[in-house]
Formats: sequence, structure tokens, C-alpha cells
Amino acid sequence: MEPLVVFPEPPPPDLARTLDLGGYRWKAVASAEDAASHEPADGWAGAVVACDTDPEGAWALCRALRKRDDPTRLLLLLGGGQLGELELRDDLYDDFCLTPFHPVEVEARLRHLLFQGLAQTKAETIEYSGLALNVETYQASIEGRPLDLTYMEYELLKFLAQNPGKVFTREILLSRVWGYEYYGGARTVDVHIRRLRAKLGEEQANLIQTVRSVGYRFGQSRWGA
Amino acid sequence: MLEQQRDYVLHTAEERGVRLIRLWFTDVLGSLKSFAISPAELENALEDGMTFDGSSIDGFGRTQETDVLAMPDANTFEVLPWGDPKAPEARVFCDIHNLDGTPFEGDPRQVLRRNLQTAHERGYTFLVAPDLEFFYFSPPEKGQPPVPLDEGGFFDLTTTDVAGTLRKQTIRTLETMSIPVEYSFHEDAPSQHEIDLRHTDALTMADSIMTFRLVVKEVAASQGVHATFMPKPLENVQGSGMHTHLSLFEGDDNAFFAADDVYNLSPLAKQFMAGLLRHAAEITAITNQTVNSYKRLVPGFEAPVHVSWARNNRSGLVRVPIAKRGNPSATRLEFRSPDPACNPYLAFAVILAAGMRGITEGYELPPEADSNLFEMSDAELNKLGIDLLPQSLSDSLRVMEQSSLVQEALGEHIFEWFLRNKRSEWRAYKTHVSAFEHDRYLRAL
Repeated sequence: MEPLVVFPEPPPPDLARTLDLGGYRWKAVASAEDAASHEPADGWAGAVVACDTDPEGAWALCRALRKRDDPTRLLLLLGGGQLGELELRDDLYDDFCLTPFHPVEVEARLRHLLFQGLAQTKAETIEYSGLALNVETYQASIEGRPLDLTYMEYELLKFLAQNPGKVFTREILLSRVWGYEYYGGARTVDVHIRRLRAKLGEEQANLIQTVRSVGYRFGQSRWGA
Repeated sequence: MLEQQRDYVLHTAEERGVRLIRLWFTDVLGSLKSFAISPAELENALEDGMTFDGSSIDGFGRTQETDVLAMPDANTFEVLPWGDPKAPEARVFCDIHNLDGTPFEGDPRQVLRRNLQTAHERGYTFLVAPDLEFFYFSPPEKGQPPVPLDEGGFFDLTTTDVAGTLRKQTIRTLETMSIPVEYSFHEDAPSQHEIDLRHTDALTMADSIMTFRLVVKEVAASQGVHATFMPKPLENVQGSGMHTHLSLFEGDDNAFFAADDVYNLSPLAKQFMAGLLRHAAEITAITNQTVNSYKRLVPGFEAPVHVSWARNNRSGLVRVPIAKRGNPSATRLEFRSPDPACNPYLAFAVILAAGMRGITEGYELPPEADSNLFEMSDAELNKLGIDLLPQSLSDSLRVMEQSSLVQEALGEHIFEWFLRNKRSEWRAYKTHVSAFEHDRYLRAL
């Protein structure tokens, strides 16, 4: 079996011990780039990412491992105070375990994780009031007319359309959609919303609503307001 | 690059039936360069880049190694809204690398990236918004003065309709290409127009300006009209500028804003402005890079002539626009010397470098110059300690040559090449005997 990829480098001693005792081969990495350069030809067997010391680096690694055609099975280790960070990141991990962890629990979860086959990815279409997004082919259309979007415009629209009626702050959108430190800063979100509205056309521009001094919402409020 | 981002581009090219992908980049003087690849090459290009001979591009060539790599920036991939809808084309901006993968020193986009990174490491995002002016003329004929549309009688429609339609069509095309427009209007001069772009980070904006100049020209050409960004195409009317609004953001907050200041400017904004003013002469060759640029920077046409700042004095180099009430994020500086014929990557790089120098060195901002400087004598200006901007390309090159700030911001390669190229432009100009001289001297002397 190929080795597991483990974050951070060096990993917490109790994690290293647990993996060694479980008989796993593993390689610790310091960053997403580090993981990419060490990745075996057939991919990693799985990933164990501890995100309590360097959450930003940990999420960057999760994205790199998961945002691809064959996402790596991934177990997250995090502190109880970090549970909020899981919100809207369901696509970035398969399972998690709270720290300080019990070695037997980590081993059990890991075994179960690696046993499962890869989840079937099925073609999925998100539809909302004339707007259709095909998540598999990355195509967006409005009333059947194809929308030409840049990658980040597409990602932002997808994120919003997957969560209709919910209000998002700029920080949340930046961290969940861009996910890495982007030199454009939080204003980037406004710029992309403005571009999306222009491309959606006059009739559909109000699909994305500005919620004053909070952020943005896609579609109607779930309270009908 | 995220694998998903690459997949997005590949899928889009396939689903939309893209026949040709244009790889765009910019030479040192700011001309858009492009070569095209077929969709079959796209995956390879995204992964490893495309090799081409750099010596074919102005300012790229060096004596020995000339091969360089164009690495597409997948986030800029877009289907072009013009051309045959049955055989769509797409474009993607590229960063130029050496064959060993290091950034190529002759690539203006990489120069801007490097300067933005320096600011970013200190926690700042550099946002810019340019106001771009340009003229519509009848197609030019060699040796003849340009004919403005408003007077040309070139069209059956009344000319204001034509220009209005052109501008509307231009804006629609810009919006489909992810370039939001804030305002647009007919300027003071005949056939002069202005389109103001909404602020974004400086790298995106420099890309947008490259696209903008092409779109304006393409749309005009489709109607048999010539659009030009020449800084001063007509005597006796105002030239075309690229007033550029600047701000630094720290996360979500405008670092230029201070509620308790008379000008609503933070100490940081004042230091940035002081840097701009102190180094203005050094960066002028970059922001105003043609012989013709200096014919715009003269008194009487709302173009800056002096190195000064003010709130409402449009003759100053830096203006502090009054931000709408309760909107701290609109606090900004307006830098008024650049013209739209500049290389936007290099212009933004040196503007940022000058401002950042003011911050790191803690420069003191000189007092506001609120009276109209154009009406003052040289002696009065001297007393106020107000300098003139360089008066010619030759002047500005001489100042730039002495500037370690510009040299650092541009890097050795571009710095040297630019000076060499522009000196030869100046030499060519100096040998030209103009109509002005014939009119004034031929009979009298």
C-alpha cells in the first residue's frame, strides 16, 4: 500500500506513535506544495491532517488533496474550539476526530476510512430560477444561454447557488471560495459579485442580493423577506 | 495551480467548442503580444507552459538564452465575446518564466507581481481604479492631422449617435469580459471619451487595461472608426489621461481612511502620498513614456504640471477626492499624471514602490497647495517649494536614470532596456524638424 500523508511536519508525537503502532507507512509534509512534490505516482493511500497548530496550512493542504478528480480520503484532527471551522467545508474531509485524541479511536476511524471505496461522484446539476450549473462539466447557463465565467466567478456562483437564501459575509466567502490567501483581499468578493451580476444580465442580476452591512445572499431569503 | 482550476479551463474549452486559445502577454512598452494554440495543446500548456523565442519580443531578448516559457494564468481564461460564435476563441494571460522556472526579469506582469508581493507581505492590498480617456477619429492617413468624428461628417447618422453607440457597445463587451465599468461620458474635447473602471487589485486591473485598450479599438474598428490612446493627439484641446485612484486595504479596511482627520486621511495615506510626490519625477518616464506624453502635461488643460497635492485643485499632481459621507472604503488618492499609453504593469509597480517608500521612510507630507498653481510665477512656486514635473521625455529619462527606487522596482533588465529604448526614441525625435519651426523661422530668419 502507498503511504499516508501526514500534516504537519513534524507531526505531533502521539500521532506518529499511533500510526507506527498501527503499522501504517506515512510521510509527514509541511505544506500543500510539499505534499505535491512527494506524492507517489498512484497517489496517497489517505491523509491525516492535524489542524490545531497551523489551521491555514492545514486547510490549504485539504484543498489541494480534495479539489481534484480523485480526492484523497482524509481524516481531520482538530481541537474542540475549532468545530466552527468545519462549517461549509464538508467537501474537504471525510471524517474528523477531536484532540487530544484516543489512539484507538484514530486507528478505528482511519481503518474504516481506508476500507470505504471512493464515493461515487454523480453528475449533479444545481438549478435555481432559470440558472443551471452542471457541477461535473463546470458549465453554467441562464435560460439555456451559456454563461462564460472565469474560474473564480464560477466557484463563487456555485457556492452561493448551493446555499440559497443564506447570508454570507465577505470573510466567509473569501475563506470558503478562495480558500487561500489571495492578494486581492476581501474587496475581491465585491469585485466578483459585481462581475457576476453583469454577466447574469439585467433580469437575473438580483439573484445575488446585497445584505446591507453584512454581505451577500443568493435568491430569496428563506424567511420570505 | 489547483487541479480543479485546470479542469475548469479544459472542460470549458471543450464544452464551448473553443477552436483557438490565445496566450496573451505584454512587452516592456506595454504592447499586447499573443500567440495562439489549439485546444489539443491546452492541457500541456497549463501544465508545463509553452516555449517561445523571447528575442522576437521588444525588451525580452538577451544575447544568449532567448527561449522563455509562457505559463497561462488559468484564472484569466475567458471565451472572447467577438469573432465567429460557431468557432469561438478564448484568451488567457501568461506569466513569462525562464526555462528553469524562475520568473523572467523582462516580463512586466512578473515585475508588478513582485512589487505587489512586497506590499502584501506587510499586510497591504493595492487597489486601483483608472479613468481612461481616448479619442475617436476617422481612419488616419499618413501625414494628415487626425479628423475627429464630431467634425468629420463621416457618417450618415449624427456623430454623437455613432460615438454613443460605440461607447455603449464597448461597455457591454467589457462587462462580458469581467471588466466592470463605473462611469462613461463624452469628454470636453471633440470626439474624446472617458470610461472609468471600478477598482480592483492592481494585477487584475493591469490585465483589464490591456483588454480594455483592445476592446475599445476593436469595437471602433468594427464601425470603421479609429480609437487612439495617444496622449495628446490634437493641439489646443485637452489630451488623454489615465487618472488613477489609489488605496491600500488591510483586510477589509481601507488603510487610507481616518475618521478624525480633516482630510479623512490616515497617517499612512499621507506618507504614501508624500512618497508619490517626492519620487514623482523619477517615475514619470514610466507613467508618461512617449515624446507626445509631455505635450499633454502643460498648463491650461487640466493636466498636472507641478508636483503638489490638493483636495479640489485639478492642477495638482495628487488630488484627494472627497469621499461620499459614511463610506470610508471610498477614501483614496487620485494620481493625475499617468496617460493611457503607458505600460500599466510597470506604471502600477513604480507608483506602488514610490508610495511604499514614503511609508517605510515615514516621509512628511508637504502642505496642501490650494491656490491655482498655473497662475503663479516661478518665483512664487519656488517660495512654496513646488517643483515642476519633468518637461520632456529626455528630462524624465535623466531623472529616472539616477533613481535607485525605479531601478529596484523594475529590476535591472527592464530598467536598462527601457532607458536604452527611450533614449533612442528621443534621439529620433530630436532630429525631426517640425511644422512649428518652419512656420516660425523659415521666413523670419
